[in-house]
Amino acid sequence: MSEEIILDVKDLRTSFFVDDFEVKAVDGVSFKLPKGKTIGIVGESGSGKSITALSILRLLEKPGKIVGGEINFKGNDLTKASEQEIRSIRGNEISMIFQEPMTSLNPVYTVGQQIRETLKVHQGLGKEQGMEKGVELLKLVGIPSPQERIKQYPHELSGGMRQRVMIAMALACNPELLIADEPTTALDVTIQAQILELINELQEELGMSVIMITHDMGVVAETCDYVAVMYGGKVVEYADVKTIFKDPKHPYTVGLLNSIPRHDIDVDELEPIRGSVPSPKNMPNGCRFAPRCPFATDLCMEELPDLGDVSDENLVRCWIYSERWDGDPEVKEHGPKRTT
Amino acid sequence: MFQFIVRRLFQLIPVLLGVTILVFSLMHLSPGNPAHIIAGESAPESTVQQIEERLGLNDPIPVQYANFLKDVVTLDFGNSWRTSLPVSTELWPKFWVTFELAIYSTIFSIFLGLIAGIISAVRQYSVADVSIMLVALFGLSMPNFWLGLMLMQWFSINLGWLPPTGWGTPEQIIMPVFTLGTMGAAVIARMTRSSMLDVITQDYIRTARAKGLKEKVVIYRHALKNALIPVVTVVGLQFGGLLAGAVLTESVFAINGMGKLVVDRILARDFPVVQAAVLVMAVVFVFVNLIVDVSYKFLNKRIDLD
Ligand SMILES: Nc1ncnc2c1ncn2[C@@H]1O[C@H](COP(=O)(O)OP(=O)(O)OP(=O)(O)O)[C@@H](O)[C@H]1O
Ligand code: SF4
Ligand SMILES: [Mg+2]
Repeated sequence: MSEEIILDVKDLRTSFFVDDFEVKAVDGVSFKLPKGKTIGIVGESGSGKSITALSILRLLEKPGKIVGGEINFKGNDLTKASEQEIRSIRGNEISMIFQEPMTSLNPVYTVGQQIRETLKVHQGLGKEQGMEKGVELLKLVGIPSPQERIKQYPHELSGGMRQRVMIAMALACNPELLIADEPTTALDVTIQAQILELINELQEELGMSVIMITHDMGVVAETCDYVAVMYGGKVVEYADVKTIFKDPKHPYTVGLLNSIPRHDIDVDELEPIRGSVPSPKNMPNGCRFAPRCPFATDLCMEELPDLGDVSDENLVRCWIYSERWDGDPEVKEHGPKRTT
Repeated sequence: MFQFIVRRLFQLIPVLLGVTILVFSLMHLSPGNPAHIIAGESAPESTVQQIEERLGLNDPIPVQYANFLKDVVTLDFGNSWRTSLPVSTELWPKFWVTFELAIYSTIFSIFLGLIAGIISAVRQYSVADVSIMLVALFGLSMPNFWLGLMLMQWFSINLGWLPPTGWGTPEQIIMPVFTLGTMGAAVIARMTRSSMLDVITQDYIRTARAKGLKEKVVIYRHALKNALIPVVTVVGLQFGGLLAGAVLTESVFAINGMGKLVVDRILARDFPVVQAAVLVMAVVFVFVNLIVDVSYKFLNKRIDLD
């Protein structure tokens, strides 16, 4: 990659300390995001996607804490930034939109008041300029009759409208990086498509870099350039989007792909991954995915594989691709199969 | 908003009508002939009858009630049966004393309660939080006449810093306001704390932080305004208790207010004064609740105005 790297996360570790017990929600996550590109962070519920995102802006709530690693944003390690430095970055250079559009806006302030606030803190815009810019932003995110909408309270807007307002607010100061944490999960399918398209368009128009968090491979296909697949607080596969779909290496990635509905196959043929995500309280010692993996061997149960190069395109955390693989050589030869 | 207030004012009419019926019945159904009491123990029967006639006590009850209602509507309650002074002359000075006591106590409890509750919530489980909640529990469980007597013992008798009785000078005001306001402060502190703790974990607080706002702004602009919504209701409810508590506090500190007046005149069967006093208290109570409702709506934009 010769492009400028805007965000370089190295071995990020974030834990929750509950009753003297350390819940390792994010356990050594690394990825790089080139400027102007979109990286998808994919994984099932509980794999640590949101906590990774919140760690970047240091928005973790007690008892959560970053316990190790680096988050280099334009060469500046955010884990070491002062409160004041991180505040001047939040909502300004890095913005975030959340999973829950219905509850993410403050119910007692109008849309305009909430957008103006961001403009005031970072750009010192007064009431009138703020209002003007606010209307412009609402127009940008495709809200009809922005002049009226800006005076309304969140409860007067639908979920899709509220998420648009959140996006408008996030874009207020032309951020270089937008973190979108499952921006469409809570919305209707048609609205989902509109919001994703909006983010795509705006990214091209404004040249933002985007972290798109989702558990939906379909969303990845539509929006991302790179993909980090997370499982049990770790990245298990990292590759560009084409490679992920054409030549996935990790059995979990393959499982995710096999469970996407496609119009040309019957729903009955879908193969959801058996079992469920382990709770961080009793993580398996070896490969986190071993209890659910169809290829798991004794080695997998006992020792955690590293995230290593498998080909020029993929970084994979799986024993299948190592010298020490003690399972079926057939699998090593052909890799796990996509059935869809 | 304006329409809402007007509508609420109209809704007050049946409530106040109910109050007049209640006050009237309580006075007229309780035993003891006022004419007897006014005339004195040893007065001859003819004097008693004369008095009864003059006061209209021989009229049928509905007629007496109608006369009372007429007084209410014209805001003229006539003269006291006890002192023959106009009821308003008797009432207003006492009313202002109690009103001041109630208002100062409310302000005191809101201020203290809010500040203590916010500190507690923002530093949950800290030493400050634990001590505040302990003191609040104490304030809540202490009967206010007892608190009043303890304060008096310490600050008036032992230390001699404050005058034990009366009302008017700043020194005289301190102890009664503290006595009457403590319970409310405790309730408001607890309510504010739990409401703040609830609000602080809401998604929109995270949004506010994600915008790059200072923690102070997040707490005071984004969290507090939401947290106040349930607290406002509590303040309204407290006020009712406060009026009742004022009567006790007045008697502890020998303050010459409504409480003392009403008690004295009930014993003296001074119907006009008692009826007017209770009615005034009811009106104040009802209006305070109206103010609470209006501010509730003002704070909580999710409620439609009807
Ligand atoms: N406040 C908390 N206290 C303790 N553990 C927590 C807390 N918040 C998150 N965790 C742990 O962190 C893990 C990862 O959570 P995270 O919210 O990042 O999941 P996610 O991948 O975003 O899932 P979803 O798709 O449901 O949003 C959870 O499984 C949970 O065990
Ligand atoms: S390491 Fe073993 S258990 Fe883990 S994904 Fe690879 S094959 Fe499956
Ligand atoms: Mg999440």
